Amino acid sequence: MSNTKFILGLFDDPDNLLDGIHKLQQNSVPIYDVYTPMPIHGIEAKMGIKDSRLGYAAFCFGCTGGTVAFSMLYYMLVWDWPHNIGGKPNFAIPDFVPITFEWTVLFTAFGMVLTFFYATHLFPGRAPRVMDLRATDDRFVIAIDARGNVPHADITKILNEAGAVEVKHNERKYVSYE
Amino acid sequence: MASHGESIIREPLITGKDITYAQITNDVLRPIENKPTKAWWIGFTVASLGALLWVVAVSYTFWFGIGAWGLNKTVGWAWDITGFVWWVGIGHAGTLISAVLLLFRQNWRNSINRSAEAMTIFAVICAATYIVAHMGRPWMAVYSLPLPNQYGSLWVNFNSPLIWDVFAISTYFSVSLVFWYTGLLPDIASIRDRAVGLKRRIYSIFSFGWTGSLKTWQRFETVSLILAGISTPLVLSVHTIVSMDFATSLEPGWHTTIFPPYFVAGAIFSGFAMVQTLLLVARKVLGLENYITMFHIESMNKIIILTGSIVGVAYITEFFIAWYSGVEYEQYAFINRATGPYWWAYWSMMSCNVISPQLFWFRKLRLSIPFSWFLSIVVNIGMWFERFVIIVTSLHRDYIPSSWAMFYPTWVEVSIFIGSIGVFFTLFLLFIRVLPSVAMAEVKLLLKGSSEQAKKKVLAHGHVDPAQAEFYKEAIEKFDSIDMADYAKL
Repeated sequence: MSNTKFILGLFDDPDNLLDGIHKLQQNSVPIYDVYTPMPIHGIEAKMGIKDSRLGYAAFCFGCTGGTVAFSMLYYMLVWDWPHNIGGKPNFAIPDFVPITFEWTVLFTAFGMVLTFFYATHLFPGRAPRVMDLRATDDRFVIAIDARGNVPHADITKILNEAGAVEVKHNERKYVSYE
Repeated sequence: MASHGESIIREPLITGKDITYAQITNDVLRPIENKPTKAWWIGFTVASLGALLWVVAVSYTFWFGIGAWGLNKTVGWAWDITGFVWWVGIGHAGTLISAVLLLFRQNWRNSINRSAEAMTIFAVICAATYIVAHMGRPWMAVYSLPLPNQYGSLWVNFNSPLIWDVFAISTYFSVSLVFWYTGLLPDIASIRDRAVGLKRRIYSIFSFGWTGSLKTWQRFETVSLILAGISTPLVLSVHTIVSMDFATSLEPGWHTTIFPPYFVAGAIFSGFAMVQTLLLVARKVLGLENYITMFHIESMNKIIILTGSIVGVAYITEFFIAWYSGVEYEQYAFINRATGPYWWAYWSMMSCNVISPQLFWFRKLRLSIPFSWFLSIVVNIGMWFERFVIIVTSLHRDYIPSSWAMFYPTWVEVSIFIGSIGVFFTLFLLFIRVLPSVAMAEVKLLLKGSSEQAKKKVLAHGHVDPAQAEFYKEAIEKFDSIDMADYAKL
């Protein structure tokens, strides 16, 4: 029994990476994840990743921000302490527009980005779970969970055929803990 | 790949031979992974001395109050608000490049957005320091927020554009910061994975544990797009609200409906000028000629002509409407601007902002780096004068001739202004030392389709319309980073 935990196919070209994914899928080898130095368009569809729902989250945060701002303005200017400013109406909706707009944007931005960080487990000081250090530089990495996916030689062969410049059999999942 | 099959007639966005993904990382990270150069130290020393001057002048203001400034009963706003509006305006180009050009899918933004956004953040910091300094008693700054208090609660006056400004500028700053930092995460991770020891640990904390996995990138792209979508109206709203500080008053020369679009165009105009000022130098000093190409420089110069012309039309419209309105106070305000005691400020503004950018219609000047840099400085000066003209010339002759006055700045105001430029450059120089000044991940996206080498390969294959190939070759002759000898045989 080998100690290999993860098999990594390292590509130097995103097109070869897509080819590798295609070949692995044809051979029914499940892919653990793909690490790339830049976003690769079209890869989500190929990997069957569902669309991000962050847009819905952003919309909800925006609605919250707009409502909070408008309610705050209404409470402060109309309900709590209506001032007589030259006899003008207190509930002057046009004056409410700028701040309502700004808070809509503010809540959308912060709400959405914090949701993104939360969902992706990004926060300051998090130990980076990196499988290959060049995945943020110039290598496009396909990671395959080695346990259960045998024989390893076949997987290596598929990756090499697709144009992998290097295939690694890692005994540790994350190099960054070394 | 989304970038495949780009038309040959589009100019390349990355030049140079044998550029690889690794090469991009090396080129961009060179200033971060090596010791600073002599040029950097000289720049940093000068900039920090400027920042020190700012600290001295602002401390003096806080100690003695804003009586230390040259303001008088008639001219109650002058260099302070001029500087504030100038800096906020400069900030606008960063968001324009990062957000508006993203929505329009202008890929040339990819190599300049990072430094432009950094510039936005530093410019807004400078602008915010002006507001706090103008308060005289900065510990009172919390009173601009609607916090419960022992007076009732007495809330802030939300009908006032000055309060809108508090909300607009703070939202703008924090949203820009979030946008910028989210974009930085993958690049900080690149530095982390190449560094060792303490440096790795520090960048590891700031990289938030970025790995570049599939789902991360997918969400990242969604977030970028939505942030761009909301930042676009945001940036327009910010300078609109700044202009309303003036437009909602009853001051002749201020009380005009043209102000919001005119201010926004002016902001983008001055912002692009500042981007040119910074990037033309950074490109040379950091050796980024292959990523910030002549195409980028020319594109920015074209935006400078466009926005400069909009500003010119706005100046002339203002003048026309002042006459057409039949309001004698309004008419006097404008005649006084052009021919009164501040005529020199008005005509400096006119020549710097309206006449000089028109020189960019000449292709030769538009493609000259020294001239572009010189003109960007001229525009920066012109836009400062614009705000000075609007503010001081409108105020110095008010409705009662007995209170007419002139404005003379003291050394404190001048020092705050020069010092704020020092603060800005100090922050910018620190930024290019510790963070990548080009968004590497986004530039890597362009390598396969939009780079010079990719297009050269297409030409070499020969399946290109000869007329288009000729057009392309003519278009790239202007690039200082392309060796045309290679194209002679293609």
